Amino acid sequence: MEDRVILRVGAKILIPYILLFALYVQFHGDYGPGGGFQAGVIFASAFILYALIYGLAHARRVLPLELATFCAALGVVIFAGVGIVTLLKGGLFLEYGVLRHDPVHGQHLGILLVELGVFTTVFGSMVAFFYSFAGRRTGRS
Amino acid sequence: MSVLGLFNYWIFVFLMMVGFYILISRGNLVKKIIGLNIFQTSVFILYISMGKVTGGTAPILVEGDAVYSNPLPHVLILTAIVVGVATTALGLSLVVRIKEAYGTIEEDEIQAEDLRS
Amino acid sequence: MTAIALLRIRNLVAVVMLAGIYSLLSAGLFTVMDAVDVAFTEAVVGAGISTVLMLGTLALVGRKEKAPDRHPVLPLFVVLVTGAALVYGTLDMPRFGDPGNPIHHHVAPRYLEESGHEIGIPNVVTSVLASYRGYDTMGEITVIFTAVVGVVLLMATRRRRWPGEGKGDDDGG
Repeated sequence: MEDRVILRVGAKILIPYILLFALYVQFHGDYGPGGGFQAGVIFASAFILYALIYGLAHARRVLPLELATFCAALGVVIFAGVGIVTLLKGGLFLEYGVLRHDPVHGQHLGILLVELGVFTTVFGSMVAFFYSFAGRRTGRS
Repeated sequence: MSVLGLFNYWIFVFLMMVGFYILISRGNLVKKIIGLNIFQTSVFILYISMGKVTGGTAPILVEGDAVYSNPLPHVLILTAIVVGVATTALGLSLVVRIKEAYGTIEEDEIQAEDLRS
Repeated sequence: MTAIALLRIRNLVAVVMLAGIYSLLSAGLFTVMDAVDVAFTEAVVGAGISTVLMLGTLALVGRKEKAPDRHPVLPLFVVLVTGAALVYGTLDMPRFGDPGNPIHHHVAPRYLEESGHEIGIPNVVTSVLASYRGYDTMGEITVIFTAVVGVVLLMATRRRRWPGEGKGDDDGG
């Protein structure tokens, strides 16, 4: 699909807005519908669109498979790390209230970090799924 | 309230049975996975419809008194959808490997292949 | 309903497209039942990512389904009996949309009443997801991570040829 001008230009216009919308969904999840799961999938879909239009090799240069799987692992580490930090601060596992002096602020911070972890995992895994399936095809003779 | 108040369960049962029928009557592995997906969606519909309150609104707090639908099933299903796509991807990758090992994704041909070797 | 068409059609590409439409329709249904977060997820995941993954698989495994040669009576019988049993079971279930249903009287009222000043964010779904049920969510993302490990291990290895397709130049997979 490398020679289709309309698709290439259209994707080039769309991708930044898809990324921006994903971040909006991520950080506005406290006030409206949205959150880490949805934002991760939308963010990944921008990369999938890029890979579909410009070819898998280009997409892999932007974001290699290793980085995607690393993201998937990193999200779990962030989530569990928040839990361990609350343990060290004298609270229960994942009790965000102890993160700040004001429990409500602590809850805000905790939810933000945890959603970030969810976002990273979902994003990394969706991109890794797509790379695995699409990369198989290029391996075929 | 009348028996008509149960129609959401009947929709759920109908969809679940369609998925179940695809699952047990078709031999194609991709079709089986799609059947499992329909089955899964029917369970989602069951949960969400149980959380619905007549006259309620989406569980996002607003000023003043309002009736909200139950947020708990929403949370459970929200995560279940994403986990569902992850497990679907795992199943599809198994199908791809089966295709590469046997040259087919039809169940009876796979069994014939097993018997021959 | 789209589900019936899914059952009948044997061209798998059309089936996958219909599955995407089916997902989008169920997302609309979720919105009608006030579950905006769930509808959002279903629209993004079901109609977007899953369709792409299914198409990627079909490109690898071929798009035609064989005509079923088995007799469909036995599965149909099993399905009808199970469906009848389930419908009989629903007769005792609480009615749709009734605020007096038992599901609305366990922990949900507490989430709706207290989360406003305990957590301080308006979207109750987010606060239940990330705070009250943080353990659940952590388990879920662990499951997703495990699935990624499985898929990458299964798909990233070298492709092995199947019998009768030139075994000579196969150096193991």
